[in-house]
Amino acid sequence: MSRSTGRSRNVAAASSVFLASILALTACSAPGSTTDDDATPDAAAPTAAGDWTCGEDDVTIDAYLETGFPLSAALFEEFEKQYPNVTFDVREDQFAVITQNAPRVLADNPPDLMRLPQMSDLVGDGLLYNLDEAAAHFGWDEWPASQLAQMRVDEEGRRGNGPLYAMGKNYSMTGVFYNTELAAQIGMTEAPKTLAELDEWMQKAKDAGITPSNQFNGGATGGLAFPLQLLMASYGSVDPINDWTFQKPGARIDTESNIKAAEHLKKWIDAGYFADDINSLDYSQMMGQFIEGKSLFTFNGDWESGNLDTQMAGKVGFFLMPPLEEGGKVGAMSAPLTFGISSKAANPECAAFFFDWIATNDDARTLAVEIGGSHPMGPADAFMPEVDADSVTGQTLSAGATIAEDNGAMEFIANATGAIYAKSWTPNLQKLVAGEQTAEGLLTAVQADYENDVNG
Amino acid sequence: MNETRTTAAPGRREVVATASTSLEARRRALKARRLRRGWAALGLVVPAAFFYVLFVLRPLVLTVQYSFYDWNGVGASTFVGAENYTRLVEKPELLASIVNALELIIYFSFVPVILGLLTAATIRKFAASRLAMVSRTVLFLPQVIPLVAAGIMWTWMLATDGVVNELMRAVGLGSITRAWLGDTSTALGAVGVIGAWVALGLCLLLLLSGMTKIDPALFEAARIDGAGAIREFFAITLPSVRQEIGVCVTVTVIAALAAFDIVYISTQGGPANSTLVPGLEIYYLGFFSREVGQASALAVVFMALVLAVVLPIQRLTKEED
Repeated sequence: MSRSTGRSRNVAAASSVFLASILALTACSAPGSTTDDDATPDAAAPTAAGDWTCGEDDVTIDAYLETGFPLSAALFEEFEKQYPNVTFDVREDQFAVITQNAPRVLADNPPDLMRLPQMSDLVGDGLLYNLDEAAAHFGWDEWPASQLAQMRVDEEGRRGNGPLYAMGKNYSMTGVFYNTELAAQIGMTEAPKTLAELDEWMQKAKDAGITPSNQFNGGATGGLAFPLQLLMASYGSVDPINDWTFQKPGARIDTESNIKAAEHLKKWIDAGYFADDINSLDYSQMMGQFIEGKSLFTFNGDWESGNLDTQMAGKVGFFLMPPLEEGGKVGAMSAPLTFGISSKAANPECAAFFFDWIATNDDARTLAVEIGGSHPMGPADAFMPEVDADSVTGQTLSAGATIAEDNGAMEFIANATGAIYAKSWTPNLQKLVAGEQTAEGLLTAVQADYENDVNG
Repeated sequence: MNETRTTAAPGRREVVATASTSLEARRRALKARRLRRGWAALGLVVPAAFFYVLFVLRPLVLTVQYSFYDWNGVGASTFVGAENYTRLVEKPELLASIVNALELIIYFSFVPVILGLLTAATIRKFAASRLAMVSRTVLFLPQVIPLVAAGIMWTWMLATDGVVNELMRAVGLGSITRAWLGDTSTALGAVGVIGAWVALGLCLLLLLSGMTKIDPALFEAARIDGAGAIREFFAITLPSVRQEIGVCVTVTVIAALAAFDIVYISTQGGPANSTLVPGLEIYYLGFFSREVGQASALAVVFMALVLAVVLPIQRLTKEED
């Protein structure tokens, strides 16, 4: 017995030395210091061709994308046809997964092309390729400045100004889709011109036993942020909202007009204009139900236009959130479908060339409209494919022109910081539905979390 | 035992003979053999130990280390001492998430253990029949279904137009139907039901195997003494499966405290944080807020909490041995 104890003592001692040495190896330096050394925004990797093209040699573009959007595949196919030396190696994930993994993927497995979540943090860590030189080379600086503003990040990590760190595949816009058959049932033959009119139609739908809206608001994605932000644009100017999402110093979301907008949303909730179970509905359930004709309105974006034209052909319309008074200014959440290049990417110049091709090539622009359902990036006078004006795609495109005229584009309030959507907007909007939060309390709470995120 | 066997082995006779003439040589030979065996054992253990160190101990040590830093997971880090720990106390939602996890113990642990006991006691009576086999299989099935699939399935069933509400309407309970996972007052309970459904099979199987080991003579004796089914259950069945109950409670309590999959799939912590549990909070802090240090501090505190709950259960079971 004593012998075996001696032996186990030896084994224990050997194991301890073994473990201690490995543990000591793991805990000798501060985390992250090594990654930081070689990741600076200007430290671009060796370029593929050196002339902002994809060159003549075979090139494989490593792309990391959001699943569920057929536009990318169509664009890749067309580009490969026009430039046979280029091949796309595509990996797809859900947007939430991309959001979580973005920093590590950009640092450890640098893609040439990546769908980006909120990007100012990524720039701060030196993970994104600076596209200023490409912008100068391709003439992107001559496009309407608002197209690129959201993808510029300054030294303080604020968006709106500074070097360009991403590009859009197209730019999308939100508003209200409606089921024309259900609308006809309650006598609504044209889009409401004022907010009061929209209120009336909602009430009429409810009285007729039709669910006015089945806006998703479950899980970690509070979809009531869509109508809330559109209401904010109806009640006030879009500039303070953009200042807030771009993290301008001193910007606040709990302004007087925004509180009125939140109160209006609360009025809709209390009046029963939303489906009872919106706090458990996710985005795909909402779309499924809308397409099945289970609700009159849905607050959503033009990225669904192509899909709705296919699945509800001739039975769906679109309008921008109406202003308080007829003829007043309108606003919409409008943002480029953002893609970036890792600062360590192997083929940044070819990827930048691809961005330019999407915005300037006629075939690519046609795909962006017909499959993506949204307006392509690029010069104001660039080629536009012909679209049936009565289709939803046609309606959303012309609504985009109105937003441009009114200068009413806003970045999504959910993108103000990396965590603000899941950790602040969503729980507070869900509390608003559950009657556990007031309109003003909602904005005060979000403002507090925002300050914590920005300063923390 | 080993020594006797080796001395008796024919190949070792010479060694033994020499050893009888020299005690020192015998000791040396024994030592060499022990050493050889020690190395062989070590050779068997090292690969497993290597992976254990790499994937369990190393992350554990790193988590403790990260908890003292302010770090976003990629950039440079700053040493902040115990600040991440003190900040935890200031977060009310953290306290709420711990309370939620403790409440889940009722659903994930108590309900399946009690139901498992009752079901196992019932099945035991007709253990040899085909019906018992079918019941066992049906009740164990949730164990082999991936938690993600179980979560999705129950999300559909608990929706406003799901099968649960349809059944309630059919039996005249239409007035209490609701979006069970979308109502702040019922969401945690609904998540708990999913957890209970999953855990029941494991508890049933463990308890049933414990019950089949009980000597039938005990039940016969009790019956002769005039004991009914209830008396039989409390006087014989329950005390005999204490150890199995201990295992069930330990496993399910850990599952409740460490709940992530079911909650993430069914509610993602919502609505209004009503189903937020520490596992999910750690995930949000680490991956959305990118506060790796803060997430690590919560993970360390949470590990301590799990140990504080589970160790007494373990000790209780041991004392009863």
